[in-house]
Amino acid sequence: MLRIDDLSKRFDSGVKALETVTLTVGQSEIVSLVGTSGCGKSTLLRIVGGLDFPTSGSVLIDDEPVAAPRPEIGIVFQEPRLMPWLSVADNVKFGIEDQPRPVKDELATAALAKVGLTGFAEALPRQLSGGMAQRVAIARALVTRPSILLLDEPFSALDAFTRLKLQDHLLQTWEFDRPTMLFVTHDIDEALVLSDRIIVMRGHPGRIHQEYTVDLPRPRRRTDAAFQLWKERLLTDLDLSVEA
Amino acid sequence: MTALAPSQSDANAPRLVRGGGRGGRNRPALGRGKGLLLPVLLLVLWEALSRFGVFAPNLLPAPSKVLGAIADLAVTGELLEHIAITLYRVALGFLIGGAAATLLGAATGYSRTARELLDPLLQSLRNIPSIAWVPLFILWLGIYEASKVTLIATGVFFPVYLNLMSGIQNVDRKLVEVGRVYRLSGLQLVRRVLLPATLPTYIVGLRSGLGLGWMFVVAAEYMGASKGLGFLLVDGQMTGRPQIIIGSIALFAIFGKLTDLLLATVGERFLTWQDSFSSNHTRASADAADR
Ligand SMILES: Nc1ncnc2c1ncn2[C@@H]1O[C@H](COP(=O)(O)OP(=O)(O)OP(=O)(O)O)[C@@H](O)[C@H]1O
Ligand SMILES: [Mg+2]
Repeated sequence: MLRIDDLSKRFDSGVKALETVTLTVGQSEIVSLVGTSGCGKSTLLRIVGGLDFPTSGSVLIDDEPVAAPRPEIGIVFQEPRLMPWLSVADNVKFGIEDQPRPVKDELATAALAKVGLTGFAEALPRQLSGGMAQRVAIARALVTRPSILLLDEPFSALDAFTRLKLQDHLLQTWEFDRPTMLFVTHDIDEALVLSDRIIVMRGHPGRIHQEYTVDLPRPRRRTDAAFQLWKERLLTDLDLSVEA
Repeated sequence: MTALAPSQSDANAPRLVRGGGRGGRNRPALGRGKGLLLPVLLLVLWEALSRFGVFAPNLLPAPSKVLGAIADLAVTGELLEHIAITLYRVALGFLIGGAAATLLGAATGYSRTARELLDPLLQSLRNIPSIAWVPLFILWLGIYEASKVTLIATGVFFPVYLNLMSGIQNVDRKLVEVGRVYRLSGLQLVRRVLLPATLPTYIVGLRSGLGLGWMFVVAAEYMGASKGLGFLLVDGQMTGRPQIIIGSIALFAIFGKLTDLLLATVGERFLTWQDSFSSNHTRASADAADR
Protein backbone atom coordinates (compact mmCIF):
# COMPACT_ATOMS: atom_id res chain seq x y z
CA MET A 1 0.00 0.00 0.00
CA LEU A 2 1.17 3.49 -0.88
CA ARG A 3 0.51 6.30 1.55
CA ILE A 4 1.25 9.93 0.86
CA ASP A 5 0.93 11.75 4.12
CA ASP A 6 0.57 15.53 4.54
CA LEU A 7 3.18 16.10 1.88
CA SER A 8 4.53 19.58 1.08
CA LYS A 9 7.33 20.53 -1.27
CA ARG A 10 9.15 23.79 -1.59
CA PHE A 11 12.03 24.01 -4.05
CA ASP A 12 15.31 25.73 -3.22
CA SER A 13 14.26 28.43 -5.67
CA GLY A 14 11.40 29.26 -3.28
CA VAL A 15 8.68 27.86 -5.50
CA LYS A 16 6.08 25.98 -3.50
CA ALA A 17 4.95 23.06 -5.62
CA LEU A 18 2.82 20.99 -3.25
CA GLU A 19 0.91 21.67 -0.06
CA THR A 20 -0.44 19.13 2.40
CA VAL A 21 -1.19 16.41 -0.11
CA THR A 22 -2.60 13.30 1.50
CA LEU A 23 -3.49 10.27 -0.58
CA THR A 24 -3.69 6.54 -0.05
CA VAL A 25 -3.46 4.15 -2.99
CA GLY A 26 -4.45 0.56 -2.33
CA GLN A 27 -2.80 -2.59 -3.60
CA SER A 28 -3.35 -3.00 -7.37
CA GLU A 29 -5.38 0.16 -7.53
CA ILE A 30 -5.07 2.42 -10.57
CA VAL A 31 -5.23 6.09 -9.62
CA SER A 32 -5.01 8.96 -12.10
CA LEU A 33 -3.75 12.42 -11.24
CA VAL A 34 -5.19 15.18 -13.38
CA GLY A 35 -4.83 18.91 -12.97
CA THR A 36 -3.69 22.15 -14.47
CA SER A 37 -0.16 22.52 -15.72
CA GLY A 38 2.33 23.36 -13.00
CA CYS A 39 0.20 22.15 -10.09
CA GLY A 40 2.88 19.73 -8.97
CA LYS A 41 1.84 16.38 -10.42
CA SER A 42 5.30 15.52 -11.70
CA THR A 43 6.83 16.72 -8.47
CA LEU A 44 4.53 14.44 -6.50
CA LEU A 45 5.41 11.47 -8.69
CA ARG A 46 9.13 12.17 -8.40
CA ILE A 47 8.89 12.30 -4.63
CA VAL A 48 6.96 9.03 -4.54
CA GLY A 49 9.64 7.53 -6.78
CA GLY A 50 12.39 8.67 -4.44
CA LEU A 51 13.92 11.00 -7.03
CA ASP A 52 13.17 14.12 -4.99
CA PHE A 53 12.55 14.90 -1.33
CA PRO A 54 9.52 16.39 0.37
CA THR A 55 9.98 19.49 2.49
CA SER A 56 7.58 18.05 5.03
CA GLY A 57 5.32 15.06 5.23
CA SER A 58 6.17 11.58 4.05
CA VAL A 59 5.65 8.86 1.49
CA LEU A 60 5.21 5.38 2.93
CA ILE A 61 5.26 2.12 1.06
CA ASP A 62 3.98 -0.67 3.27
CA ASP A 63 4.67 1.62 6.21
CA GLU A 64 8.28 2.21 5.21
CA PRO A 65 9.32 5.75 4.29
CA VAL A 66 10.69 6.31 0.79
CA ALA A 67 14.03 8.11 0.87
CA ALA A 68 15.61 6.92 -2.37
CA PRO A 69 14.56 5.01 -5.49
CA ARG A 70 13.37 1.56 -4.51
CA PRO A 71 13.47 -1.69 -6.45
CA GLU A 72 9.74 -2.34 -6.18
CA ILE A 73 8.93 0.96 -7.90
CA GLY A 74 8.91 1.28 -11.68
CA ILE A 75 8.80 4.65 -13.39
CA VAL A 76 7.75 5.61 -16.90
CA PHE A 77 8.59 9.19 -17.75
CA GLN A 78 6.93 11.51 -20.19
CA GLU A 79 9.79 10.84 -22.64
CA PRO A 80 11.05 7.31 -23.39
CA ARG A 81 14.52 8.11 -22.00
CA LEU A 82 16.10 5.13 -23.74
CA MET A 83 19.87 4.80 -23.83
CA PRO A 84 20.57 5.53 -27.49
CA TRP A 85 23.64 3.27 -27.56
CA LEU A 86 21.75 0.18 -26.37
CA SER A 87 19.57 -2.05 -28.47
CA VAL A 88 15.90 -2.29 -27.59
CA ALA A 89 16.49 -5.56 -25.73
CA ASP A 90 19.44 -4.13 -23.79
CA ASN A 91 17.39 -1.08 -22.86
CA VAL A 92 14.69 -3.36 -21.49
CA LYS A 93 17.36 -5.26 -19.53
CA PHE A 94 18.80 -2.04 -18.12
CA GLY A 95 17.28 -2.57 -14.69
CA ILE A 96 18.00 -6.30 -14.37
CA GLU A 97 21.70 -6.23 -15.24
CA ASP A 98 22.64 -8.26 -12.16
CA GLN A 99 20.56 -11.30 -13.13
CA PRO A 100 22.03 -14.30 -14.96
CA ARG A 101 22.02 -13.94 -18.71
CA PRO A 102 19.37 -16.54 -19.60
CA VAL A 103 17.00 -15.05 -17.04
CA LYS A 104 17.58 -11.57 -18.44
CA ASP A 105 16.99 -12.74 -21.99
CA GLU A 106 13.80 -14.53 -21.07
CA LEU A 107 12.41 -11.62 -19.06
CA ALA A 108 13.24 -9.11 -21.79
CA THR A 109 11.68 -11.27 -24.48
CA ALA A 110 8.52 -11.62 -22.41
CA ALA A 111 8.38 -7.89 -21.62
CA LEU A 112 8.81 -6.98 -25.29
CA ALA A 113 6.10 -9.42 -26.25
CA LYS A 114 3.73 -7.81 -23.76
CA VAL A 115 4.12 -4.43 -25.41
CA GLY A 116 3.93 -5.92 -28.88
CA LEU A 117 7.52 -5.36 -29.91
CA THR A 118 8.71 -8.90 -30.54
CA GLY A 119 11.06 -8.70 -33.49
CA PHE A 120 12.49 -5.31 -32.58
CA ALA A 121 14.83 -6.63 -29.88
CA GLU A 122 17.96 -5.81 -31.86
CA ALA A 123 16.80 -2.44 -33.18
CA LEU A 124 18.41 0.75 -31.94
CA PRO A 125 16.28 3.50 -30.37
CA ARG A 126 16.87 5.82 -33.33
CA GLN A 127 15.10 3.32 -35.56
CA LEU A 128 11.90 3.42 -33.50
CA SER A 129 8.85 5.61 -33.82
CA GLY A 130 7.82 7.66 -30.78
CA GLY A 131 5.12 5.18 -29.84
CA MET A 132 7.46 2.21 -30.14
CA ALA A 133 10.10 3.95 -28.04
CA GLN A 134 7.54 4.67 -25.33
CA ARG A 135 6.47 1.03 -25.38
CA VAL A 136 10.11 0.02 -24.86
CA ALA A 137 10.19 2.37 -21.88
CA ILE A 138 7.09 0.67 -20.51
CA ALA A 139 8.70 -2.75 -21.06
CA ARG A 140 11.81 -1.53 -19.24
CA ALA A 141 9.68 -0.49 -16.28
CA LEU A 142 7.65 -3.71 -16.30
CA VAL A 143 10.55 -6.12 -16.60
CA THR A 144 11.50 -5.65 -12.95
CA ARG A 145 7.92 -6.60 -12.06
CA PRO A 146 7.37 -3.53 -9.92
CA SER A 147 4.59 -3.65 -7.37
CA ILE A 148 4.16 0.10 -7.84
CA LEU A 149 4.21 1.69 -11.26
CA LEU A 150 4.48 5.48 -11.61
CA LEU A 151 3.64 6.93 -15.00
CA ASP A 152 4.08 10.63 -15.78
CA GLU A 153 2.04 11.50 -18.83
CA PRO A 154 3.53 8.52 -20.63
CA PHE A 155 1.36 8.88 -23.73
CA SER A 156 1.02 12.63 -24.01
CA ALA A 157 3.53 12.98 -26.84
CA LEU A 158 1.79 10.40 -28.98
CA ASP A 159 -0.89 10.66 -31.61
CA ALA A 160 -4.44 9.79 -30.60
CA PHE A 161 -4.46 6.41 -32.34
CA THR A 162 -1.21 5.18 -30.80
CA ARG A 163 -2.36 6.49 -27.45
CA LEU A 164 -5.54 4.39 -27.54
CA LYS A 165 -3.52 1.33 -28.44
CA LEU A 166 -1.02 1.91 -25.64
CA GLN A 167 -3.77 2.45 -23.07
CA ASP A 168 -5.13 -0.97 -23.96
CA HIS A 169 -1.60 -2.42 -23.88
CA LEU A 170 -1.09 -0.98 -20.43
CA LEU A 171 -4.31 -2.49 -19.13
CA GLN A 172 -3.43 -5.84 -20.63
CA THR A 173 -0.03 -5.84 -19.02
CA TRP A 174 -1.53 -4.70 -15.75
CA GLU A 175 -3.47 -7.98 -15.75
CA PHE A 176 -0.20 -9.95 -15.36
CA ASP A 177 1.22 -8.58 -12.12
CA ARG A 178 -1.51 -6.13 -11.13
CA PRO A 179 0.85 -3.42 -9.98
CA THR A 180 -0.43 -0.41 -8.07
CA MET A 181 -0.44 2.43 -10.58
CA LEU A 182 -0.21 6.17 -10.15
CA PHE A 183 -0.82 7.76 -13.50
CA VAL A 184 -0.47 11.43 -14.40
CA THR A 185 -2.46 12.56 -17.40
CA HIS A 186 -4.08 15.60 -18.97
CA ASP A 187 -6.53 13.49 -20.88
CA ILE A 188 -9.94 12.89 -19.26
CA ASP A 189 -10.71 9.96 -21.57
CA GLU A 190 -7.44 8.33 -20.62
CA ALA A 191 -8.11 8.78 -16.92
CA LEU A 192 -11.61 7.31 -17.30
CA VAL A 193 -10.50 4.30 -19.30
CA LEU A 194 -7.72 3.38 -16.90
CA SER A 195 -8.51 4.41 -13.39
CA ASP A 196 -10.33 3.17 -10.36
CA ARG A 197 -10.02 6.66 -8.91
CA ILE A 198 -9.31 10.07 -10.39
CA ILE A 199 -7.64 12.74 -8.27
CA VAL A 200 -8.01 16.32 -9.41
CA MET A 201 -5.22 18.65 -8.32
CA ARG A 202 -5.27 22.42 -8.57
CA GLY A 203 -3.45 25.57 -7.66
CA HIS A 204 0.01 26.89 -6.87
CA PRO A 205 1.10 25.24 -4.66
CA GLY A 206 -0.85 22.19 -5.78
CA ARG A 207 -3.43 20.58 -3.52
CA ILE A 208 -5.90 17.80 -3.97
CA HIS A 209 -9.06 19.50 -5.12
CA GLN A 210 -11.45 16.67 -5.73
CA GLU A 211 -11.59 12.93 -5.93
CA TYR A 212 -13.78 10.61 -8.00
CA THR A 213 -14.24 6.87 -7.68
CA VAL A 214 -14.91 5.59 -11.18
CA ASP A 215 -17.35 2.74 -10.84
CA LEU A 216 -17.64 1.96 -14.55
CA PRO A 217 -17.38 -1.79 -15.26
CA ARG A 218 -14.33 -3.05 -17.09
CA PRO A 219 -13.41 -3.38 -19.86
CA ARG A 220 -14.54 0.16 -20.51
CA ARG A 221 -15.65 1.31 -23.90
CA ARG A 222 -15.12 4.93 -24.75
CA THR A 223 -18.35 5.00 -26.73
CA ASP A 224 -20.63 3.69 -23.98
CA ALA A 225 -23.30 6.07 -22.76
CA ALA A 226 -22.22 5.66 -19.15
CA PHE A 227 -18.66 6.52 -20.11
CA GLN A 228 -19.84 9.65 -21.91
CA LEU A 229 -21.90 10.65 -18.89
CA TRP A 230 -18.84 10.36 -16.67
CA LYS A 231 -16.84 12.40 -19.10
CA GLU A 232 -19.42 15.15 -19.17
CA ARG A 233 -19.57 15.17 -15.40
CA LEU A 234 -15.81 15.51 -15.09
CA LEU A 235 -15.56 18.18 -17.77
CA THR A 236 -18.34 20.20 -16.17
CA ASP A 237 -16.73 19.93 -12.76
CA LEU A 238 -13.35 20.92 -14.10
CA ASP A 239 -14.80 23.87 -16.00
CA LEU A 240 -16.72 25.03 -12.93
CA SER A 241 -13.60 24.78 -10.84
CA VAL A 242 -11.76 26.95 -13.36
CA GLU A 243 -14.35 29.67 -12.85
CA ALA A 244 -14.44 29.26 -9.10
CA MET B 1 46.35 28.32 -60.73
CA THR B 2 43.43 27.97 -58.38
CA ALA B 3 41.16 29.51 -60.93
CA LEU B 4 42.17 26.95 -63.47
CA ALA B 5 41.69 23.82 -61.44
CA PRO B 6 37.96 24.05 -60.65
CA SER B 7 37.02 24.81 -64.23
CA GLN B 8 38.88 21.72 -65.29
CA SER B 9 37.16 19.56 -62.74
CA ASP B 10 33.86 20.98 -63.97
CA ALA B 11 34.79 19.92 -67.42
CA ASN B 12 35.58 16.47 -66.15
CA ALA B 13 32.49 15.76 -64.15
CA PRO B 14 29.90 15.35 -66.90
CA ARG B 15 32.26 13.23 -68.93
CA LEU B 16 32.70 10.78 -66.06
CA VAL B 17 28.97 10.44 -65.56
CA ARG B 18 28.36 9.93 -69.23
CA GLY B 19 31.15 7.39 -69.40
CA GLY B 20 29.45 5.43 -66.63
CA GLY B 21 26.37 4.87 -68.75
CA ARG B 22 23.05 5.04 -66.89
CA GLY B 23 24.00 7.41 -64.06
CA GLY B 24 23.39 6.14 -60.50
CA ARG B 25 25.74 3.27 -60.07
CA ASN B 26 28.93 5.21 -60.69
CA ARG B 27 28.11 8.20 -58.58
CA PRO B 28 29.33 6.89 -55.21
CA ALA B 29 32.71 5.96 -56.70
CA LEU B 30 33.00 9.43 -58.15
CA GLY B 31 31.94 10.85 -54.77
CA ARG B 32 34.74 9.05 -53.02
CA GLY B 33 37.29 10.03 -55.66
CA LYS B 34 36.19 13.66 -55.69
CA GLY B 35 38.53 14.64 -52.86
CA LEU B 36 41.50 13.37 -54.81
CA LEU B 37 40.65 15.22 -57.99
CA LEU B 38 41.99 18.62 -57.05
CA PRO B 39 45.25 17.45 -55.42
CA VAL B 40 46.08 15.25 -58.40
CA LEU B 41 45.39 18.10 -60.82
CA LEU B 42 47.57 20.45 -58.78
CA LEU B 43 50.38 17.88 -58.69
CA VAL B 44 50.25 17.46 -62.45
CA LEU B 45 50.23 21.22 -62.92
CA TRP B 46 53.09 21.64 -60.49
CA GLU B 47 55.16 18.96 -62.24
CA ALA B 48 54.48 20.53 -65.63
CA LEU B 49 55.31 24.06 -64.56
CA SER B 50 58.50 22.81 -62.87
CA ARG B 51 59.58 21.07 -66.05
CA PHE B 52 58.94 24.19 -68.08
CA GLY B 53 61.16 26.03 -65.64
CA VAL B 54 58.45 28.31 -64.24
CA PHE B 55 59.37 27.34 -60.63
CA ALA B 56 62.99 27.71 -59.56
CA PRO B 57 64.17 24.18 -58.62
CA ASN B 58 66.03 25.47 -55.55
CA LEU B 59 62.79 26.92 -54.18
CA LEU B 60 60.11 24.53 -55.39
CA PRO B 61 61.43 21.27 -56.81
CA ALA B 62 59.19 19.13 -58.97
CA PRO B 63 57.06 16.43 -57.30
CA SER B 64 59.08 13.79 -59.11
CA LYS B 65 62.27 15.16 -57.53
CA VAL B 66 60.67 15.14 -54.09
CA LEU B 67 59.55 11.57 -54.61
CA GLY B 68 63.03 10.65 -55.80
CA ALA B 69 64.67 12.13 -52.72
CA ILE B 70 62.29 10.30 -50.43
CA ALA B 71 62.81 7.08 -52.35
CA ASP B 72 66.58 7.48 -51.94
CA LEU B 73 66.10 7.78 -48.19
CA ALA B 74 63.82 4.80 -48.20
CA VAL B 75 66.33 2.62 -49.99
CA THR B 76 69.01 3.15 -47.34
CA GLY B 77 66.49 2.36 -44.62
CA GLU B 78 67.06 5.79 -43.12
CA LEU B 79 63.52 6.90 -43.87
CA LEU B 80 61.98 4.05 -41.94
CA GLU B 81 64.02 5.00 -38.89
CA HIS B 82 62.84 8.61 -39.09
CA ILE B 83 59.23 7.60 -39.48
CA ALA B 84 59.44 5.01 -36.73
CA ILE B 85 60.91 7.36 -34.13
CA THR B 86 58.39 10.09 -34.92
CA LEU B 87 55.49 7.66 -34.75
CA TYR B 88 56.86 6.33 -31.48
CA ARG B 89 57.04 9.82 -29.97
CA VAL B 90 53.55 10.74 -31.09
CA ALA B 91 52.14 7.44 -29.87
CA LEU B 92 53.81 7.66 -26.47
CA GLY B 93 52.89 11.31 -26.00
CA PHE B 94 49.36 10.57 -27.12
CA LEU B 95 49.04 7.68 -24.67
CA ILE B 96 50.44 9.58 -21.71
CA GLY B 97 48.64 12.86 -22.42
CA GLY B 98 45.44 11.05 -23.34
CA ALA B 99 45.50 8.89 -20.22
CA ALA B 100 46.14 11.82 -17.90
CA ALA B 101 43.42 13.83 -19.62
CA THR B 102 40.99 10.93 -19.37
CA LEU B 103 41.55 10.55 -15.63
CA LEU B 104 41.38 14.26 -14.85
CA GLY B 105 38.58 14.99 -17.32
CA ALA B 106 36.48 12.16 -15.91
CA ALA B 107 37.10 13.42 -12.37
CA THR B 108 36.29 17.06 -13.09
CA GLY B 109 33.32 16.14 -15.26
CA TYR B 110 31.83 13.84 -12.67
CA SER B 111 32.64 15.52 -9.40
CA ARG B 112 31.87 19.11 -8.68
CA THR B 113 34.51 19.23 -5.97
CA ALA B 114 37.19 17.94 -8.32
CA ARG B 115 36.10 20.50 -10.88
CA GLU B 116 36.27 23.38 -8.46
CA LEU B 117 39.67 22.24 -7.24
CA LEU B 118 41.37 21.34 -10.50
CA ASP B 119 39.71 23.06 -13.37
CA PRO B 120 40.80 26.66 -12.71
CA LEU B 121 44.44 25.60 -12.52
CA LEU B 122 44.24 23.46 -15.64
CA GLN B 123 42.39 26.17 -17.53
CA SER B 124 45.08 28.71 -16.75
CA LEU B 125 47.84 26.29 -17.73
CA ARG B 126 45.99 25.82 -21.01
CA ASN B 127 46.48 29.50 -21.77
CA ILE B 128 50.26 29.12 -21.86
CA PRO B 129 51.27 28.68 -25.49
CA SER B 130 52.64 25.19 -25.35
CA ILE B 131 55.84 26.02 -27.21
CA ALA B 132 56.67 28.23 -24.25
CA TRP B 133 57.11 25.07 -22.19
CA VAL B 134 59.99 23.88 -24.33
CA PRO B 135 62.88 25.56 -22.48
CA LEU B 136 61.50 24.42 -19.16
CA PHE B 137 60.99 20.84 -20.30
CA ILE B 138 64.52 20.76 -21.71
CA LEU B 139 65.88 22.17 -18.47
CA TRP B 140 64.02 19.62 -16.39
CA LEU B 141 64.09 16.57 -18.61
CA GLY B 142 67.09 17.03 -20.87
CA ILE B 143 67.13 17.26 -24.63
CA TYR B 144 66.36 13.61 -25.29
CA GLU B 145 63.12 11.67 -25.47
CA ALA B 146 61.57 12.65 -22.15
CA SER B 147 61.23 16.35 -22.91
CA LYS B 148 59.90 15.66 -26.41
CA VAL B 149 57.31 13.17 -25.28
CA THR B 150 56.26 15.46 -22.44
CA LEU B 151 55.74 18.33 -24.86
CA ILE B 152 53.61 16.15 -27.12
CA ALA B 153 51.65 14.83 -24.15
CA THR B 154 50.98 18.43 -23.06
CA GLY B 155 49.57 19.19 -26.48
CA VAL B 156 47.39 16.09 -26.49
CA PHE B 157 46.17 16.66 -22.95
CA PHE B 158 44.01 19.76 -23.27
CA PRO B 159 41.60 18.94 -26.07
CA VAL B 160 41.01 15.49 -24.61
CA TYR B 161 40.54 16.89 -21.12
CA LEU B 162 38.17 19.67 -22.20
CA ASN B 163 36.05 17.49 -24.43
CA LEU B 164 35.70 14.74 -21.87
CA MET B 165 34.85 17.12 -19.05
CA SER B 166 32.24 19.06 -20.96
CA GLY B 167 30.98 15.82 -22.50
CA ILE B 168 30.29 14.36 -19.08
CA GLN B 169 28.76 17.59 -17.82
CA ASN B 170 26.44 17.72 -20.79
CA VAL B 171 25.15 14.18 -20.49
CA ASP B 172 21.37 14.27 -20.57
CA ARG B 173 20.23 14.66 -16.96
CA LYS B 174 17.19 12.60 -17.84
CA LEU B 175 19.28 9.56 -18.72
CA VAL B 176 21.27 9.95 -15.51
CA GLU B 177 17.95 9.90 -13.69
CA VAL B 178 17.08 6.57 -15.28
CA GLY B 179 20.34 5.33 -13.78
CA ARG B 180 19.18 6.61 -10.40
CA VAL B 181 15.84 4.85 -10.75
CA TYR B 182 17.73 1.58 -11.10
CA ARG B 183 19.99 2.49 -8.16
CA LEU B 184 23.30 2.39 -10.02
CA SER B 185 26.36 3.04 -7.90
CA GLY B 186 28.70 5.88 -8.86
CA LEU B 187 31.00 3.56 -10.76
CA GLN B 188 28.11 1.77 -12.48
CA LEU B 189 26.67 5.12 -13.51
CA VAL B 190 30.00 6.08 -15.07
CA ARG B 191 30.33 2.78 -16.91
CA ARG B 192 26.75 2.30 -18.02
CA VAL B 193 25.51 5.84 -18.66
CA LEU B 194 28.14 8.56 -18.51
CA LEU B 195 30.87 6.84 -20.48
CA PRO B 196 28.79 5.69 -23.45
CA ALA B 197 26.93 8.99 -23.55
CA THR B 198 30.21 10.89 -23.56
CA LEU B 199 31.94 8.73 -26.14
CA PRO B 200 31.14 10.93 -29.17
CA THR B 201 32.66 14.09 -27.66
CA TYR B 202 35.49 12.04 -26.15
CA ILE B 203 36.45 10.71 -29.56
CA VAL B 204 36.34 14.22 -30.99
CA GLY B 205 38.71 15.20 -28.17
CA LEU B 206 41.04 12.30 -28.89
CA ARG B 207 41.14 13.20 -32.57
CA SER B 208 41.97 16.84 -32.00
CA GLY B 209 44.45 15.73 -29.33
CA LEU B 210 46.15 13.53 -31.86
CA GLY B 211 46.22 16.43 -34.32
CA LEU B 212 47.95 18.59 -31.73
CA GLY B 213 50.30 15.70 -30.98
CA TRP B 214 51.42 15.81 -34.59
CA MET B 215 51.86 19.57 -34.41
CA PHE B 216 53.94 19.29 -31.27
CA VAL B 217 56.16 16.51 -32.53
CA VAL B 218 57.29 18.87 -35.26
CA ALA B 219 58.07 21.52 -32.66
CA ALA B 220 59.83 19.00 -30.42
CA GLU B 221 61.95 17.59 -33.21
CA TYR B 222 62.61 21.00 -34.66
CA MET B 223 64.13 22.06 -31.34
CA GLY B 224 66.83 19.44 -31.54
CA ALA B 225 66.79 15.85 -32.60
CA SER B 226 69.06 13.53 -34.50
CA LYS B 227 66.22 11.49 -35.94
CA GLY B 228 62.60 11.86 -36.89
CA LEU B 229 60.57 13.54 -39.61
CA GLY B 230 61.01 16.89 -37.85
CA PHE B 231 64.75 16.38 -37.91
CA LEU B 232 64.51 15.60 -41.61
CA LEU B 233 62.76 18.93 -42.04
CA VAL B 234 65.59 20.81 -40.32
CA ASP B 235 68.19 18.76 -42.10
CA GLY B 236 66.65 19.62 -45.45
CA GLN B 237 66.80 23.27 -44.53
CA MET B 238 70.41 23.14 -43.28
CA THR B 239 71.69 21.26 -46.28
CA GLY B 240 69.69 23.28 -48.76
CA ARG B 241 67.58 20.41 -50.06
CA PRO B 242 64.06 21.75 -50.54
CA GLN B 243 62.93 18.36 -51.87
CA ILE B 244 63.64 16.90 -48.42
CA ILE B 245 61.69 19.70 -46.72
CA ILE B 246 58.69 19.19 -48.96
CA GLY B 247 59.01 15.44 -48.68
CA SER B 248 58.89 15.56 -44.86
CA ILE B 249 55.92 17.90 -44.93
CA ALA B 250 54.13 15.46 -47.19
CA LEU B 251 55.03 12.57 -44.90
CA PHE B 252 53.69 14.47 -41.89
CA ALA B 253 50.47 15.04 -43.76
CA ILE B 254 50.18 11.41 -44.78
CA PHE B 255 50.87 9.95 -41.35
CA GLY B 256 48.75 12.54 -39.59
CA LYS B 257 45.87 11.67 -41.88
CA LEU B 258 46.40 7.92 -41.52
CA THR B 259 46.48 7.94 -37.73
CA ASP B 260 43.43 10.18 -37.62
CA LEU B 261 41.65 7.84 -40.00
CA LEU B 262 42.54 4.92 -37.74
CA LEU B 263 41.14 6.70 -34.70
CA ALA B 264 38.03 7.79 -36.59
CA THR B 265 37.42 4.27 -37.85
CA VAL B 266 37.82 2.74 -34.41
CA GLY B 267 35.57 5.47 -33.01
CA GLU B 268 32.90 4.89 -35.62
CA ARG B 269 32.63 1.25 -34.64
CA PHE B 270 31.59 2.36 -31.17
CA LEU B 271 29.24 5.03 -32.42
CA THR B 272 27.03 3.17 -34.86
CA TRP B 273 24.11 3.97 -32.56
CA GLN B 274 24.39 7.69 -33.19
CA ASP B 275 21.45 9.39 -34.79
CA SER B 276 23.08 12.37 -36.39
CA PHE B 277 22.70 14.22 -39.64
CA SER B 278 25.91 12.83 -41.09
CA SER B 279 25.17 9.20 -40.15
CA ASN B 280 21.69 9.45 -41.66
CA HIS B 281 23.23 11.10 -44.64
CA THR B 282 25.67 8.27 -45.26
CA ARG B 283 22.97 5.73 -44.59
CA ALA B 284 20.71 7.39 -47.14
CA SER B 285 23.41 7.54 -49.78
CA ALA B 286 24.38 3.95 -49.05
CA ASP B 287 20.74 3.00 -49.61
CA ALA B 288 20.75 4.93 -52.83
CA ALA B 289 23.85 3.05 -53.86
CA ASP B 290 22.18 -0.28 -53.23
CA ARG B 291 19.25 0.52 -55.43
N1 LIG C 1 13.54 21.35 -9.98
C1 LIG C 1 12.72 22.38 -9.77
N2 LIG C 1 13.18 23.51 -9.21
C2 LIG C 1 12.34 24.55 -8.96
N3 LIG C 1 11.05 24.56 -9.27
C3 LIG C 1 10.52 23.45 -9.84
C4 LIG C 1 11.32 22.32 -10.12
N4 LIG C 1 10.54 21.37 -10.67
C5 LIG C 1 9.30 21.90 -10.74
N5 LIG C 1 9.28 23.16 -10.23
C6 LIG C 1 8.11 24.02 -10.09
O1 LIG C 1 7.15 23.34 -9.34
C7 LIG C 1 5.85 23.54 -9.86
C8 LIG C 1 5.21 22.20 -10.17
O2 LIG C 1 5.91 21.59 -11.25
P1 LIG C 1 5.52 20.17 -11.82
O3 LIG C 1 6.46 19.85 -12.89
O4 LIG C 1 5.39 19.21 -10.71
O5 LIG C 1 4.07 20.46 -12.43
P2 LIG C 1 3.10 19.50 -13.24
O6 LIG C 1 1.82 19.46 -12.54
O7 LIG C 1 3.78 18.21 -13.53
O8 LIG C 1 2.92 20.32 -14.58
P3 LIG C 1 2.69 19.77 -16.06
O9 LIG C 1 1.29 19.31 -16.13
O10 LIG C 1 2.92 20.95 -16.92
O11 LIG C 1 3.70 18.68 -16.27
C9 LIG C 1 6.01 24.43 -11.06
O12 LIG C 1 5.70 25.75 -10.66
C10 LIG C 1 7.46 24.33 -11.43
O13 LIG C 1 7.92 25.54 -11.94
MG1 LIG D 1 4.53 17.26 -15.27
